[in-house]
Amino acid sequence: MTMPFYVSPEQLMKDRADFARKGIARGRSVVVLAYDEGIAFATVNSSRALHKISEIYDRIGFAAVGKYNEFENLRVAGVRYADLRGYSYDRSDVTARGLANAYAQTLGTVFITESKPLEVELVVAEVGVTSAQDQIYRLTYDGTVADEHGFVVMGGQAEQLGRRVEEAWRPEMSLGEVLRLAVGVLGAGEGGGPAAPAGAAGAAGAGPSAGKGTTAAAGKAGAAGATGAGGAGAGAAGAAPLEVSQLEVAVLERSRPRRSFRRLTGQVLAGLLADGDAPSADAPSADAPTAGEPAAGASGKPKGTDKPKASAKPIAPEEPETPEEPDDGPDPQQGD
Amino acid sequence: MHRAGEGTSGRLPDAFLRPGSASFVDFLADHAPEMLPGRRATAHGTAGAVNPAELAPHATTIVAVTFGEPGAPASGVVMAGDRRATMGSMIANRDMEKVFPADEYSAVGIAGTAGIAVEVVRLFQLELEHYEKIEGSLLSLDGKANRLGTMIRGNLPLAMQGLAVVPLFAGYDLDRGNGRIFSYDVTGGRYEERDHHSVGSGSIFARGALKKLWKPGLSAEDAVHVVVEALFDAADDDSATGGPDTMRRIFPVVATVTADGYRRVPEDELEQLVEQIVAQRRERGSVA
Repeated sequence: MTMPFYVSPEQLMKDRADFARKGIARGRSVVVLAYDEGIAFATVNSSRALHKISEIYDRIGFAAVGKYNEFENLRVAGVRYADLRGYSYDRSDVTARGLANAYAQTLGTVFITESKPLEVELVVAEVGVTSAQDQIYRLTYDGTVADEHGFVVMGGQAEQLGRRVEEAWRPEMSLGEVLRLAVGVLGAGEGGGPAAPAGAAGAAGAGPSAGKGTTAAAGKAGAAGATGAGGAGAGAAGAAPLEVSQLEVAVLERSRPRRSFRRLTGQVLAGLLADGDAPSADAPSADAPTAGEPAAGASGKPKGTDKPKASAKPIAPEEPETPEEPDDGPDPQQGD
Repeated sequence: MHRAGEGTSGRLPDAFLRPGSASFVDFLADHAPEMLPGRRATAHGTAGAVNPAELAPHATTIVAVTFGEPGAPASGVVMAGDRRATMGSMIANRDMEKVFPADEYSAVGIAGTAGIAVEVVRLFQLELEHYEKIEGSLLSLDGKANRLGTMIRGNLPLAMQGLAVVPLFAGYDLDRGNGRIFSYDVTGGRYEERDHHSVGSGSIFARGALKKLWKPGLSAEDAVHVVVEALFDAADDDSATGGPDTMRRIFPVVATVTADGYRRVPEDELEQLVEQIVAQRRERGSVA
């Protein structure tokens, strides 16, 4: 007969939070940026069918990172919530604030009562009549709501990429400008991202994870060597500028009359990214070498950003346990 | 009462998080059946005591015609409805709208009990939008037509008491590349119509006009002309159908649906067209 060990509430909450954070950090980042005529969402996702960014209602968009089956469930619930509310009252009575509250309560309750917290992080954004009325809510696994201004980066190397966005983002940028910023940052995340754990946790531990993360990213770029080569090889392959086909981009356009959500793909997206400078103009060119030589390149700023991730250290040994995580999983099979 | 996600301490009710179909109507039937039109408890045994026609406003004539060669870039369908709602012999409303966009590539017009019909249309629009958001793709035109049939069938108990709703559904079939028209009966029966169709109290007169005026390969402008003439004839002989009101500047609602989507014909365009038709008929004499 085994007696259950006493676990202090602090430890229990911390364990759950660590568990959720780990799951979320494994995925690719999603960037949400306000621009002069709306709100833009961007992420790396080569699937055309399994979305991380989607429409909830006329003026409300949704973006998520983490486990696909979990956030898909929340997305469907959000669409039902919004449609039912709009049907029983009026379309104008559906607000991002109301939805964010419902999500927060749901996430909070699951975090406390269920055996496993939801490994997701969400953004609920509503485009207003003017940019001052735009609302961006960020919801974390434990039900915390943050009312963000201007931009959000979540998932993957969120802190590091968030800092990059913070430096470059300013109010009233154009759509082309924010998309180039987003893609530059995401590209840096793809290349530089895996290097970060390498610096923090040592080459041995981070090798496999870095290799995996970028293999999926480089995809058809022929990164066959990356899997074996570990951090260095993978980093180099991942530093290539992102292609349009790898991106999932959508906007909430202020000027559209009713349903403001629109996906940007193919030629339209390529045109917006190519407008003016090269697509990767916003990604500091110094980044490529950084990615190539993790140890040396990670010195200076990126290294500093790794420090807060010290808690990520214990993750490394566990990585092999979850080999099914090439990315955050717009792959239904891996949802369990 | 879990309406609109309230109750249960603000969190999303379990029904919202349960995996289910992409149909909003099915979700409502599960979660809040009292919100479905036609599902409400009705007073039995009182039929005959009140005349339903005098109880609630009724909407009247809707016409639709296809135009262009199938598969050609300029093919599609045009739908038009008059603006009058009647309650018995009284005009209840003179600028009611009875033609609505169902989604980007289809239109729905309503005849019958106005209150229920408008609610059915609102739910139908939401049904299509909901499916699109959940599934990330559009329903086929046949799929949309069948969904509408199911919803009309749900209204059968009320229809038996005289509160019937009879829609006309038309849309552009993206797979086949042509405009198509579907009519319904109160039991939800769905019938595809060839070339043109009309429903409502003035439909007999409108149909006569359509038979004479419609021909294959019409242009979009000609098709708009045909439906306005047909409505003109319906209003001429049916007291429940309103003609163009030049005094108040109230004109029929006319919409075209093509590969470019739903487009409502602007008022000033219709005003010119109506003036042209009135002038022609004046020339021809009082027979109109």
